[in-house]
Formats: sequence, structure tokens, C-alpha cells
Amino acid sequence: MATIYSLYVINKSGGLIFYKDYGSAGRMDTNDSLRMASLWHSMHAISQQLSPISGCYGIELLQADTFDLHCFQSLTGTKFFVVCDTGTQHMEGLLKHIYELYTDYVLKNPFYEMEMPIRCELFDIKLSQAIQKDSVALLGR
Amino acid sequence: MQFFGSSEISPSPPAPTASGNNAHMMYVFNRNGVCLLYREWNRPLRTLDAQQDQKLMFGLLFSLKSLTAKMDPTTAEKGNLGVPQLPGQGCSFHSFRTNTYKLSFMETPSGIKLILVTHPRTGDLREPLKYIYNLYVEYVAKNPLYTPGTPIKCELFNTSLDQYVRSIA
Repeated sequence: MATIYSLYVINKSGGLIFYKDYGSAGRMDTNDSLRMASLWHSMHAISQQLSPISGCYGIELLQADTFDLHCFQSLTGTKFFVVCDTGTQHMEGLLKHIYELYTDYVLKNPFYEMEMPIRCELFDIKLSQAIQKDSVALLGR
Repeated sequence: MQFFGSSEISPSPPAPTASGNNAHMMYVFNRNGVCLLYREWNRPLRTLDAQQDQKLMFGLLFSLKSLTAKMDPTTAEKGNLGVPQLPGQGCSFHSFRTNTYKLSFMETPSGIKLILVTHPRTGDLREPLKYIYNLYVEYVAKNPLYTPGTPIKCELFNTSLDQYVRSIA
């Protein structure tokens, strides 16, 4: 039930800086993932325009027939979104945890260039650990 | 058999968990993007004029449907992004939520798109949207004076819609 299919991280201009697929049938090649990221960035922005109430920060959850998409936007405009199974709980907590890992292993890395694709091994390792732990913990419930 | 069951308007389905005000607004589009109905009950903020707002809404939904069909993790064979999808083809979303509103969406096989914008803590509105589609069928589609593809100007539809939305929100 608690299946996380994929994770995307996009920078404040909408460019994809990280994409990882955790075993979905719909794994995408590089070009497609880039397009999806930009499309999501635009849709996120447009949804703010259509809000009937002021102070909208954009889409946090998109529910479809076969999956849910949870999105977290940091204060700097970096967006983390995860594609998971319908009805998966506690994705907000996971996304905040991933944001912490991003600040620790990517931003504090002196060789990392801002807004560029993430190529930090420790980030990948810690991320996989967090996702596995989450799946196991949620399954055990 | 009708797509959604009986041809009579069945008694109201149980209201989803919700609290607080009425719904904010409602849009109905046909397959060509013509806005057949725009109903506003509570909208403090309007960023664009009505025409632009409706076009933007239609564009957003069209692109989101395209994104959802491509993003589907359960099927491997998907068309390219932006390929027009027939109603019901490919995975479609049924709602999205922001911190200030929740948008619920339903598309019928004939391409009629129903959109209801409510407050963020609204429950699943798929059944109420089906009920509203039944209202559309009874009061609009079966109205001999209504021309398909034109904005809806049926008083009975508006009043029964208002009444129903007040009962669910």
C-alpha cells in the first residue's frame, strides 16, 4: 500500500534537478522527466492564479485514479514532489524529511552549484534509506 | 443503461465530511472549451476578468489531464505528452488541493467537464459531482429549448444546483 513510485526535485525556475524512480511501470526517460517537471512547475503557478482566496501557495496534493502526487514547496521556491499509491498517508512528513536531507547533503556540499542537477552520492544514499524505512514503517502498520 | 445509473434523480447521496462555508464556485465546460456555466457563490479574490479566468481554468485542466496520463506509474505504454486524449482514455485526476481551496473535477464520456471549487477540508466529491451531472441531464440536456454548446440559461437548473451545493458544503 505504501508504495512510493518516484521523486522529483525542481529548482525555482522549474528545471528538474533530481529524478529518481523507485520501481514503477511508468519509468520515464530523461527528456520526458524534464518535460513533466516544467509542466508541473507551470501548473503549480497557474493554480495560484485561480484561487478564490488570497494567499495561495499552489497545489499540495493531486489525486488521480491510480496515484497521488504530493508536493512540498520550500520558502525559496524549490519544489519536492513524490508520486505514490492512492491514499498513502504521512507523505508531508516524508517530504519535509527529504527537504532536510537536501539542505544537509546538497546545499552544504561546497562543490554543489545552486540550481544545477544534484550529483551528491550521500544524498542518494540517505534518500534511499529514508524511502525504504518509510515503506517498511507504513507497511508494518 | 445510463452512464451513471437510473434516469430519475435519485435522493441526495450522503454529504461528504465538510465544515464551514458554502462552495466557492463552479464551472461547466464542454469538450471544445466553451464555458457552459460559471456559478459563483463566494469568491473574495478575482485576479482576471471572467473570460480570461475561464480560459485559464480550461487550460489548466487540459494540461493537468495530460500530465496525469503521462505520469501514471501503473502503465508502461503511454502516448507522448500533449497528445489529445479522448474522455476516459488514460489516467485522469479527480481532485487537487492547495492551502486555500480544493478543486474537484469530473469528465463525462461526452466531454462535459464539471469543476467544483470548495474549501480545502472538503471530502471526496466524486459522488456529488455525479449527482450534479444528473441534474444537468434532467434540466439542461433534456430541455428542448437548450442548444448544446451554448451557455446554460435554465433557471430550474440554477436553483436546484444552488440548493444541492448548499446542502453538501
